[in-house]
Amino acid sequence: MNLAVRDVRYNLGRFLLTAVGLGLLLMIVMGMGGIYEGIVADATLLVDRLEADLWIVQRNTRGPFAELSRVPSSVEDRARAVPGVADARRFVTHTIQREHRGQPLRMAIVGLAWPVDRGEWLPVIAGRALAQGHYEIVADQTLGLAVGDRLELGKDEYRVVGVTRNMLGTGGDGLAFMTIADSQAVQFDAVGEATRLERAARHGRAEQRDLGLTQPGLLERADQPSATIPALGPPMVSAVLVRLQPGVDATSVHSTMTAWPDVTVYTADEQRELLLRGPVDRARRQIGLFRILLVAISAIVMSLILYTMTLDKLHDIALLKLMGAKDRMILGLVLQEAFLLGGIAYVLAFFLGERVYPYFPRRVIVTSDMLMWLAIAVGVLCVVGSSLGIWKAMRVQPNEVLS
Amino acid sequence: MKHPPAIETVSLTKVYGSGNTEVVALRDASMTIERGEVVALLGPSGSGKSTLLSAIGLINPPTRGEIKIDGQTVMRGPRALVDVRRFRRQRLGFIFQKSNLIPFLTGLENVLVALAIAGQEGRPAKRRAMELLSALGIGDRARNLPSALSGGQQQRVAIARALANRPSLLLADEPTAALDSKLGRQVMELFREVGHENDAGVLVVTHDQRALDVFDRSLNLEDGVLSEGDGEHTSRSIA
Repeated sequence: MNLAVRDVRYNLGRFLLTAVGLGLLLMIVMGMGGIYEGIVADATLLVDRLEADLWIVQRNTRGPFAELSRVPSSVEDRARAVPGVADARRFVTHTIQREHRGQPLRMAIVGLAWPVDRGEWLPVIAGRALAQGHYEIVADQTLGLAVGDRLELGKDEYRVVGVTRNMLGTGGDGLAFMTIADSQAVQFDAVGEATRLERAARHGRAEQRDLGLTQPGLLERADQPSATIPALGPPMVSAVLVRLQPGVDATSVHSTMTAWPDVTVYTADEQRELLLRGPVDRARRQIGLFRILLVAISAIVMSLILYTMTLDKLHDIALLKLMGAKDRMILGLVLQEAFLLGGIAYVLAFFLGERVYPYFPRRVIVTSDMLMWLAIAVGVLCVVGSSLGIWKAMRVQPNEVLS
Repeated sequence: MKHPPAIETVSLTKVYGSGNTEVVALRDASMTIERGEVVALLGPSGSGKSTLLSAIGLINPPTRGEIKIDGQTVMRGPRALVDVRRFRRQRLGFIFQKSNLIPFLTGLENVLVALAIAGQEGRPAKRRAMELLSALGIGDRARNLPSALSGGQQQRVAIARALANRPSLLLADEPTAALDSKLGRQVMELFREVGHENDAGVLVVTHDQRALDVFDRSLNLEDGVLSEGDGEHTSRSIA
């Protein structure tokens, strides 16, 4: 006869309510782990998806994700000239926040090197990849945009042609993909008045120098658009991504590029490591501490619940002892209830989490490893949590029935 | 062959505290209860009845003296000579003022748990439990939780539970205190029946002088001193 099951059946309402409470607590513990996994996955998502062997960034920076990086777009051509390089492409990323249908819309824009890179590698769940060099955008579903939606960015209107799933930036913002030219147009967009003021300032600076006074033609040039002035280069890019030919030793290409004085070169692994040690590290430690606290709280709550459940049965336990019950029977009663409670709470946590986590603003990734560790942790918590109750149960004297 | 007595105590003494706070609850109490004999233990409150019962029940060891159950010495002074928990499981049955049924078990399960503790499970155990409950007139309420049973029915389940492991000694501590006089008498008669039918010694602590005729004899306890009752009103005196 299983006493634990019968006791649970007798106090079913209270037991289930307790299990739900504990399940919610475990769901938060599980969620914390999932948030951490989500942060790591989001942080390294682009590095993994872009499949670049080397990342060329601004000299002495940890860009383009951990900090701002600006490299001349001509680095792309320089990289292509290095023996062993199969392909090089520019990469641009920046975050913007605009209003859309009266709501703030925050997105991390990633520029694709059109026409080489049209975004065919993106996990598109609706629509398609980019098909023209301008005014098209592929957006992540977390941005709430649908295929066919139109978005005004800067002076132009962009049409959403594709929707992706789980494409988030290091900060958790949904990614929006467009051509590099478009992304730079959005990044460096200036209103007409600002352009006019810049031209006037340029004119003024030229007038104050001998060169401007002696060569009036230069003053005329200063009034023209920036693109027509040779002294002003094209907009910088965030990084240049390099793919190596199969079988090529990455170290030799890496050392060649590292010798260039204006850039720093990272391998994909180094780039991933920079992300995990940089922006993610603090979040990881913070979440880690929260998890430790939550596990400690769960242990205390579970101990108290199991202790109270045992206290409620002390008279019955004394009676069982009086009737000559072995310690094993009493131990079984307390431990089986603990495992029942922990087991139900764990299953509830899992199923509740499955339904609740998708509504979290950041991705929550629950891995099978994490589930296994949590199951072990719950098992340990059950044993540790019930130890106080077991201690109390073992100390009960049979003569307490007589009192 | 004659059975040894169900219980025999020799100069049982129980002292609580020490020095100035020393209280002698039981003084050289010696008695014998044969198997099949139903004995009442009478005495005012604080006379040491519960102390004697818990000592005999191997719950609270005496300070001095000896306890023999079924002819086997089980306690010598405070020292147990047997595994007391196993001994209780196999030889003793307890009934209390309150039925003390486990609330989350049905009447049948309350009896079955006693059998499980004694190592009997499965169909034979269930058959035995049902037999006991039916014999006590509550077979039809076996599947009810204690909360759905009346006080008398609960006490019957408690008696069935105490009898489940076929004890050689049944100890009852004021088992009818919570019952009305009619029901109380029925329960006392039940003790007499089960004592005689099961060949078990029965010691019942009671205040109820009206049901004394049910018992074979009585013992008196006053200020820790045990003496044989005068026999008046017991079944033997009536006979």
